[in-house]
Amino acid sequence: MSRSRTAWVVPTALAFGFAFLYVPILAMVVFSFNNSRLVTVWDAENSPTLKWYGALLHNQQILEAAELSLRIAVLNATGAAVLGTMVGLVLARFGQFRGRTLLSALTTAPLVMPEVITGLSLLLLFVALEQSIGWPAGRGVTTITIAHITFSMSYVAVIVQSRLSGFDDALEEAAMDLGARPLTVFRRITLPLIFPAILSGWLLSFTLSWDDLVISQFVAGPGSTTLPMIIFSKVRLGVTPDINALATLMVLVVALGVIGSTLLLQRQQKRLLRDQQLAAAGD
Amino acid sequence: MGCLKSRGGQRLSGVLARLRQWRPGRGLVIAVPMGWLLLFFLAPFVIDFKISLAQVQVAIPPYTPMFEWVQDKALAIRLHWHNYAFLFTDSLYIRSYIYSLQVAAVSTLFCLLLGYPMAYGIARAEPATRNLLLMLVVLPFWTSFLLRVYAWMGLLRNNGLINNALLSLGLIDTPIQMMQTDFSVYIGIVYSYLPFMILPLYTNLEKHDNTLLEAAADLGARPVTAFLRVTLPLSLPGILAGSLLVFIPVVGEYVIPSLLGRPDQLMIGRVLSDEFFANRDWPVASAVAILMLVFLLLPIMLFQRAQQRNAAGQT
Amino acid sequence: MSAPARSKAEPWRDAGLEPYVRIAGVSKRFGDFTAVDEVSLDIYKGEIFCLLGGSGCGKTTLLRMLAGFEQPSAGQLFIDGQDMAGIAPYERPVNMMFQSYALFPHMTVFGNVAFGLQQEGLPKSQIASRVADILDIVRMGEFALRKPHQLSGGQRQRVALARSLVKRPKLLLLDEPLGALDRKLREHTQFELISIQEQLGVTFVVVTHDQEEAMTLASRIGVMNRGKIVQIGTPHQIYEFPATRFVADFIGSVNLFEGQLVEDESDYVRVACPQLPVPVYVDHGVSAAPDASLWVAIRPEKITLERQQPDSRDNWARGVIKDIAYMGDMSIFVVLLPDGREVRVTAANVARKSGETFTWDDEVYLSWDASSPVVGSG
Repeated sequence: MSRSRTAWVVPTALAFGFAFLYVPILAMVVFSFNNSRLVTVWDAENSPTLKWYGALLHNQQILEAAELSLRIAVLNATGAAVLGTMVGLVLARFGQFRGRTLLSALTTAPLVMPEVITGLSLLLLFVALEQSIGWPAGRGVTTITIAHITFSMSYVAVIVQSRLSGFDDALEEAAMDLGARPLTVFRRITLPLIFPAILSGWLLSFTLSWDDLVISQFVAGPGSTTLPMIIFSKVRLGVTPDINALATLMVLVVALGVIGSTLLLQRQQKRLLRDQQLAAAGD
Repeated sequence: MGCLKSRGGQRLSGVLARLRQWRPGRGLVIAVPMGWLLLFFLAPFVIDFKISLAQVQVAIPPYTPMFEWVQDKALAIRLHWHNYAFLFTDSLYIRSYIYSLQVAAVSTLFCLLLGYPMAYGIARAEPATRNLLLMLVVLPFWTSFLLRVYAWMGLLRNNGLINNALLSLGLIDTPIQMMQTDFSVYIGIVYSYLPFMILPLYTNLEKHDNTLLEAAADLGARPVTAFLRVTLPLSLPGILAGSLLVFIPVVGEYVIPSLLGRPDQLMIGRVLSDEFFANRDWPVASAVAILMLVFLLLPIMLFQRAQQRNAAGQT
Repeated sequence: MSAPARSKAEPWRDAGLEPYVRIAGVSKRFGDFTAVDEVSLDIYKGEIFCLLGGSGCGKTTLLRMLAGFEQPSAGQLFIDGQDMAGIAPYERPVNMMFQSYALFPHMTVFGNVAFGLQQEGLPKSQIASRVADILDIVRMGEFALRKPHQLSGGQRQRVALARSLVKRPKLLLLDEPLGALDRKLREHTQFELISIQEQLGVTFVVVTHDQEEAMTLASRIGVMNRGKIVQIGTPHQIYEFPATRFVADFIGSVNLFEGQLVEDESDYVRVACPQLPVPVYVDHGVSAAPDASLWVAIRPEKITLERQQPDSRDNWARGVIKDIAYMGDMSIFVVLLPDGREVRVTAANVARKSGETFTWDDEVYLSWDASSPVVGSG
């Protein structure tokens, strides 16, 4: 069989690929419990220890930055969810209108636009705006949030649009046919259907904002230092154990969230399968 | 019947009909996000271009640099193309552009070579395993990009895990220099962007009908032939989308070259940011950005077409 | 293919009656494409009116204009005497059953059916009793708490029907109502639809591409082609007296011949067809110019096979049996005429009165009554 000659490629790539993705993260997690300040030398006598976690909790600078990042991430995710849902709705449901191509182009471009370009251009805009109309006064939470919404909303739009195109347009038409006005149609039909997409869009926007360094660096002002900015300035000087601890905490939160949602999804799929068997018995 | 009306009457009833149908909601739903994107995504490029044609103001007081500088700029509406000329005369910029394009192209290729079999394996796995594998691909996507690059620093440094392991095994006598080389840049980029390659590929491959391969086998094609003549051509849209999702942002990548990159050969994202933050030369930084955008215009347009076709295919 | 016997009046014959739906010169253009081309049509209370045509003939667009999802580019629509221009779908006294059923996936059967009544702001108790009533009519009462994906295709179809009927619309639009069902279920459901329609006294406008479905359901059929209505009539009229060549060809299977008018009297005509050895004699007059080029349509079931040459100066042909398809209750013969033209003949397998059986390569004579052929020039 010629199958056996090539059959090794896929499993090997999977094994190597996943090792490649996870070994660095695991190493970082393990060394967050290392006692030594020399990050890469395992101090077997005094490890594992939680001392870097303790240090982290007393690092005022990191805590303040984390709080600021959290605030921006929530604001951004909410704004992006609203605007992105509108775009997704328009692109999936509004048919042809003048400016559709433009809107669609303005939505896909931010997905790939290098961050340095977006960051620099937005800063120049903010400066020019402040110059001419006095708003936004200085740079800080507002400018960072606006910048983040601008690229996050594209992700929400793509997710919502793809979810909506999975549903028959006739659903909304049926609701209208049964006497529901456009706003009622949205509230009772469209919104419940795309809610999971909006939720994942919100979460993704939250992560994108929480994670963003480059754009924030351009549009932040003095006194608005986000967590990635602190991490970056520390990391540039080398590997530090408290960053390992911070990274571990972040990985933990994300892993719990993703695993939880995957399990939930799996349960839903099982239920769906059962329902389909039930339905097949109906005829 | 009274349904025959004069032309004028018909026009009037048409206008009335349109008036009754006029719902401000619809227009508003389009206008709000459109306005946002025009103001905060498109307009900045125009300003960027404008400033790239301005002159640099050398003496900037450190506390209010931006303010005063722009006020001066607002007065000078002369076009100065010398920023662009400068980019072409100083070999630093040209070399950085070429190096960035090269790094992006090579990284894209590596991502494809590793990501394609992975996406293929995931798409062909049993549904339960598939979800697990997909989750494992997506999980790093949700964790901090910065921290994942940082994780490699711990592995690649001269006194990092890899060198320590090799030293203690006696395989090498002196640490291998891995950090701040092309190698570390490629590792960092492929590592960070691999999920962007795998996801669109998976989405494409997952849709393939397995009976196509059975039909190919039935017609006498061996697995390799069936793959090359059926699966691969059908997955071209996925390859294109994934490659562009990696290539375009990598050209302007800043974090990875800053943490893992060569000190003697900068990528253009790093150059831009140095011009801006270190040299405070905003016009040159703007010109660097505009020129990068010109290089990327074609790939971005390709990406948009792929996305639109994808969206159209879904409906 | 026979319509169930109806003792109903034929309201379209009553000149004094106002039509319930009046479509007056309606056109719909999408860019350069004309989907519906100056259609005028009256539909009366209590009818089941079928719009029949192939895909892209404009039937669905016409239906969507009645529902209010599309606006006519020209012309007017009246429902119950009221001009529908500018009236939104949610303000029209019309309900629609969608081809895909469009059941709301996040609501139960009860929720789906109750949705329309909730829009009217009815009290909860009244909604509950009306939903229960209509679910009983479609025999879905015990499934009220299921979600759509827990139902089979036939059950979904009945929920969709209940949902569109619960508001007691005077006019119900049905877009390929049986298209998603398998054959057996479809036949059963056709009769169920008719009985529900008679029970509730609703006017139905049904869009379908399935001529059998149209034949069974319809009180009248409007055949559409390329955006135009080509013929309106009862199923019997459409089948027996197709007005155009397209209709003859589209409805059922038919043998079409080209010919010239040779004798033109008020009570009969003779048409000479080059493909047939003798003229076609038809016992009704035709309104066509002398020497006009005509088409002659003869249904396969109206042709008889014999071994002997018929003793007649017209209405027969000679050929060789090329193919036989046994269908159980009947057989289809494909007979090859000398010039290579194929003619389809169907014969019931019940009584072999002549004791004759035909087989491949037999030379046979085809003949038909003077009342069988339909002749036209359109």
